[in-house]
Parts: sequence; structure tokens; C-alpha cells
Amino acid sequence: MAEKLQLELITPYRKVLSEQVDMITAFGALGEFAVLPGHASFLTSLKIGELTYAKGSDVYHLALNWGYFEVVNDTVTILVETAERADEIDLERAREALGRAEEALKKLTREDKDFIVYESALQRALIRMQVAAKKARG
Amino acid sequence: MASLKSIRKRINSVKNTRQITKAMKMVAAAKLRRAQESVLAARPYAEKLEEVLIRLSSSGGAGDHPLAAREKTEKALLIVVSSDRGLCGGFNANICKAAETFVRENSSQYAEISLLTIGRKGFEYLRKRATVRKNYSNILSTMSYQEASLIGQELIDGYLAGDYDVVYLLYNAFKSVMSQDITLKQLLPIEPPQGPEEEFLPEALYEPSKEELLAELFPKNVEVQLFHAMLESIASEHGARMTAMDSATKNATEMIAKLTLQYNRARQAVITTELMEIISGAESIKG
Repeated sequence: MAEKLQLELITPYRKVLSEQVDMITAFGALGEFAVLPGHASFLTSLKIGELTYAKGSDVYHLALNWGYFEVVNDTVTILVETAERADEIDLERAREALGRAEEALKKLTREDKDFIVYESALQRALIRMQVAAKKARG
Repeated sequence: MASLKSIRKRINSVKNTRQITKAMKMVAAAKLRRAQESVLAARPYAEKLEEVLIRLSSSGGAGDHPLAAREKTEKALLIVVSSDRGLCGGFNANICKAAETFVRENSSQYAEISLLTIGRKGFEYLRKRATVRKNYSNILSTMSYQEASLIGQELIDGYLAGDYDVVYLLYNAFKSVMSQDITLKQLLPIEPPQGPEEEFLPEALYEPSKEELLAELFPKNVEVQLFHAMLESIASEHGARMTAMDSATKNATEMIAKLTLQYNRARQAVITTELMEIISGAESIKG
């Protein structure tokens, strides 16, 4: 049995990560889950959320946008539209985006077409802030 | 023979042109490098997505999705990716001609063929010759995945609303700096890709269900293919422009050499006639 997971994190713009890691946690369509080496083949869609992976004793956090998560033979392939490392996140910008999204949501009702757009913007901003905060503490 | 002054003027004007083409070539080369990098960077994403799609659809469940199959094929939509700017050799002319040929050859097969153009040049040429449903201009220079995904969603909406039954994508694929391949792809309905038979993985878990995953993956695949086509087209455009400007610069250099030769000959001729006049003048005084 392999002792490590090969993690491949890919966005349309570039390959963000290609590393050997020990454990991965992410938010799937049905909730948070963790993957360890030796996991069965598995495919799920991801929600806007946080990705955490452990490498030795170090833990890394990333903010992910919507995408896919696949495990085959201890290779984890994650396809997402955007991925940001904790130190890449612009906290100021996330706060501003949060403010904007909140403002817009106040004016809209659940039936509006734009509601979902702003709602996911709000989620993204929250996740970014959450991830950035972890970085600050760690 | 042209006068000395007019030749000098022409030499100067050709020199100016050469300077411009040289600068454009340099700019295109720089942009090409960046475009090439982004094509390469986008490739793994497209490939992986296709892999996932193959794995999902090869184990069944793809057939009934509305994006995967449609019985009637009456109305076709052709997406033509060209460029916003000219001066890139045959780049736009070739793609426009290919689009025209496509419309002509398939007009018997479909009741109606409409076009969607990306890039100003293609739109300007094709709007007089075919029905252009919609045009996107000035998005190529600041291309982002979001934009491709917006266009993709509009496409899917139109397809589901029955505005068209088949969607084709026509673009210049980047082969090398010197050459572009005009490529035609069927975008919708999605033909579930048949990859080489991979080792069977019966124990795979799917979350949520396989059908739901496929329903999300299909539109995504359309967006990614569109995005990829646009990136390839951008890289091709810069490649084509670079080659065109390179040969223009060479031609200008040749032209200058020819004109300089002509200029020197003309100058020599003037000197000779002047000398003759002086000598014959001196001869007549002596006599």
C-alpha cells in the first residue's frame, strides 16, 4: 500500500499543486470529508469551501471555488475554477467583496436571478477570510 | 528614371514601414510566448476533465441527459473564433473562408445554419454573407475563464430552449508558430468521449449520484472546450501575426536594397552628365 497521496490541484489557468501529501480534507456536495492513502475510488463535486492538506506535521489551507474531487489509486485530482493559497488571499479584497455581496443581498429576494450569484460571492468571500485567518494563527 | 528626390522619399517611407512591422513582430512574439504558456497551462485541466467524463460516461448513464443527445437536427449553430485585429496574414481570411465553406456544404443537411462569431474580424466579414446570431468582440485580449463560461452558459441556454440543435466550433488550433490548423469540433450535443478502455474500477463511489455529477460535468465540458479553443486561437493569432510581420520586414529590407541601388545609379548618372557638360564646355572655350 502506498503511504502517500499524490495530490494534483488543477485550475483552467495552471497546475496549482502537484505534491505528495498525507491527508486531504475538503467540502463535498454531501459535506466535509477526509481522504487518507488507500482510499477507494471516489468522485464527488465540491462546494465552495476550504481544502486542507497535511504533509508531515505541516498543515496547509486553500480556498476553493466549485469543482471536482477524484481519487483513483492514491492519486487525488482536484479540478476547480479557482484555488488560492492562504498567503495569496487578499484579505482587504475579500472584506470588500463581502460587504458588496451583503449590500446586494439585502435588496434582493430569493427569487431574483442574481440572488444566487451574490450568495456564492458571499460564500467565497467568507471562505477566503476563514482560510486567511487560519494562516494568521498558524 | 525617377528623380533622385522621389527615390529618396520612397526609401524613407519604406524604412518607416519596416520600423513599424519590426516593432509589431516583436510585440507579437512577446504576446505569443504568453499565449503559448496559457495554452499549455490550460491543457491539464481540459485533459483531466475529459478523463473524468470518459470514466463517468463509459459506465453508463449518459444517454438520457438533454445535452448528450437530441433526435432532430434541423438547426445548426457554428461558432467562429477569429481575431479582433488585422495584420496577421491569412489568419482571419482562412477561418472566414472555412466558415463559408461549412455553411455551403451543410446547407442541405440542416434547415437553418446560423453563426456566432467571436472576434471583430470574423463578424465583419461574415455578417454580409451569412446569418450571424450574435457576436462577441474585444473579449479576446482580456480573455478569462469567466468570460468563456458565460458564453458557454448562453450557448447551453439557447440549446435547451431549442434555438439550435447542433453546435459546432470552428477555430484555429495552435500547431506551431508558423502554422495553424483550422479545426472543426462538435460542441453540442455532447458525444460521450470514448477513451481507451481503462482498467475497470467497479468499486468507485460517487457523491452525489452519477447522474447528478454528469449533469454538472456536461455544461462544464462545453465551457472548458470553448475556453480552450479561444486560448488556442489567441496563440495562433499571435503566431500568424509574427510570421506575417517577419516576412513584411524582410520584404521591406529587400525593397530598400533595391531602391538604394536605383538611387545610386541615378546619382551616378547625374554626375556623369554634369561632367560631360563641363568637359564639353571647356573644349569649346579652348577651341
